[in-house]
Amino acid sequence: MGAVLELANVESSYGPVQALRGVSLTVPEGKIVTVLGANGAGKTTTLKTISGIIAPRKGQVKFRGEEIQGRAPDRIVRAGLVQVPEGREVFPLLSVEDNLRMGAYTRRDADGVAQDLAMVFGYFPILRERARQEAGQLSGGQQQMLAIARALLARPSVVLMDEPSLGLSPKLTKEIFDIILRINRERGVTILLVEQNAHMALKVADYGYVLEVGRIVMEDTGARLAEKEDIREFYLGMKSGGVRGERRWKRKKLWR
Amino acid sequence: MLGQSLQLLFAGVAQGCVYALVALGFVLIYKATETVNFAQGDMMMLGAFFGLTAATILGWPYWATILFAITVMAVIGMGLERVVLRPVLGYPTFTVVMITIGIGYVIRGIVTMVPGWGTETHALPTPFGNGVVRIGGAVIAVEQIAVIGMTAALVAALFLFFRFAKLGVAMQATSQNQLAAYYMGIPVQRVNMMIWGLSAGVAAFGGILLAPVAFVHSNMGFIGLKAFPAAVLGGFGSVPGAIVGGLIIGIVESFAGFHLAEGFKDVAAYVVVLAVLLVRPSGIFGETVSKKV
Repeated sequence: MGAVLELANVESSYGPVQALRGVSLTVPEGKIVTVLGANGAGKTTTLKTISGIIAPRKGQVKFRGEEIQGRAPDRIVRAGLVQVPEGREVFPLLSVEDNLRMGAYTRRDADGVAQDLAMVFGYFPILRERARQEAGQLSGGQQQMLAIARALLARPSVVLMDEPSLGLSPKLTKEIFDIILRINRERGVTILLVEQNAHMALKVADYGYVLEVGRIVMEDTGARLAEKEDIREFYLGMKSGGVRGERRWKRKKLWR
Repeated sequence: MLGQSLQLLFAGVAQGCVYALVALGFVLIYKATETVNFAQGDMMMLGAFFGLTAATILGWPYWATILFAITVMAVIGMGLERVVLRPVLGYPTFTVVMITIGIGYVIRGIVTMVPGWGTETHALPTPFGNGVVRIGGAVIAVEQIAVIGMTAALVAALFLFFRFAKLGVAMQATSQNQLAAYYMGIPVQRVNMMIWGLSAGVAAFGGILLAPVAFVHSNMGFIGLKAFPAAVLGGFGSVPGAIVGGLIIGIVESFAGFHLAEGFKDVAAYVVVLAVLLVRPSGIFGETVSKKV
């Protein structure tokens, strides 16, 4: 299967602050690809560059072979690439149903939208119950579900997900990830997932990249990344046995 | 006594309707772009002049006059957004506000230069005549009832538009969370342009409705100074608030003008605003939404 999304040497900056220093990555059709990285590594910037919120200074973003960098966001959504933003970003005073309808803003096929509405209600039954409520009144987890469902209503072939586990309990995080996996497997939607929760992300991802200060520093399949020493130490918070002395020293430092 | 109060009430509500429409224009643009458009009153004035032109020079019927003024102003409003305001997107609010004040001055200047418009006062003919309706002891002009009815119809149409039309919901969405609107593929800039058009169209409607009450002249835009407190009173950023605020100011003015000493009429509105803001600092319908993290 070919690459549906490709980034080649993408450099983006916020004014004088350069956030991406030449990021290249490939997302194969139908897979889940994750980008790991600490705060400020440039994960969100990468996604914003792909979805057209910011234009890169250099490099190409190719979607199905076509260069899309610098295009208006609505054209990118129309092409079938939609983002679930960090922090949910629902429309707080609109009803849940209207939020979902806004997800389908770029579409003209009323029948298809009705079908997809039924589809997302199948994935997230709670949204059907709350359809008439204002989205601002939902709990954090429900808002995250709404944000994912809203993105699906654009009937995308690629979904970019920015920290879907942000601020959620471990149980809810697992629920959300189960659904992300189902969406990928059942609907063939390609997913590019940005996460701080490396543990969950590597569990579902077919392939992973590690981003540090605007550069890709490591890439491998999800399973192999999870086994790597550096990843285990810095992203999964695990240390193999035999280095207890160092751990004690670390603990001492924390108490200071 | 009761009849007299009823009469004052109707006069106040009719006047308040115009304040409400101008305030509505303020609020629509503020909600969408977080800019206060101080040219709102002057856009109303320009709309009234277009109506005047259609009615007196072209001799069109009243309803065609209204449609003409609204359409022309909507196009002008969209043009202003595209040509003047979009280039300063992202600049400090202060800059944008100064630009809207400038737009107001320019409109006033241009109107006084147009032959046939100038600085004179004009009367806009209406089909309502000088008829009156007697209810109890009150004598109420048909014009006032028409103004109230037409405002109610427009407000109802706007309500349906914002509630059910895809574009209307998208306008709300854009004003609630612009970033998310971008993510959903809503063409935010085009939507903002249409909001300017809508707001200018509403202003034109207000200008024509004001015509039976006041004359059309180049300074009638200063009514914006009354509509602004109306918007603040209702809770700046609330559409129902703008309408209720406008009506309250109209009614207060009407009663103050009759019962209180000369001069109180013009300050009464501001006194009410101060009093309400002391009790409810965010206005009557002020919305406070806290984001969930």
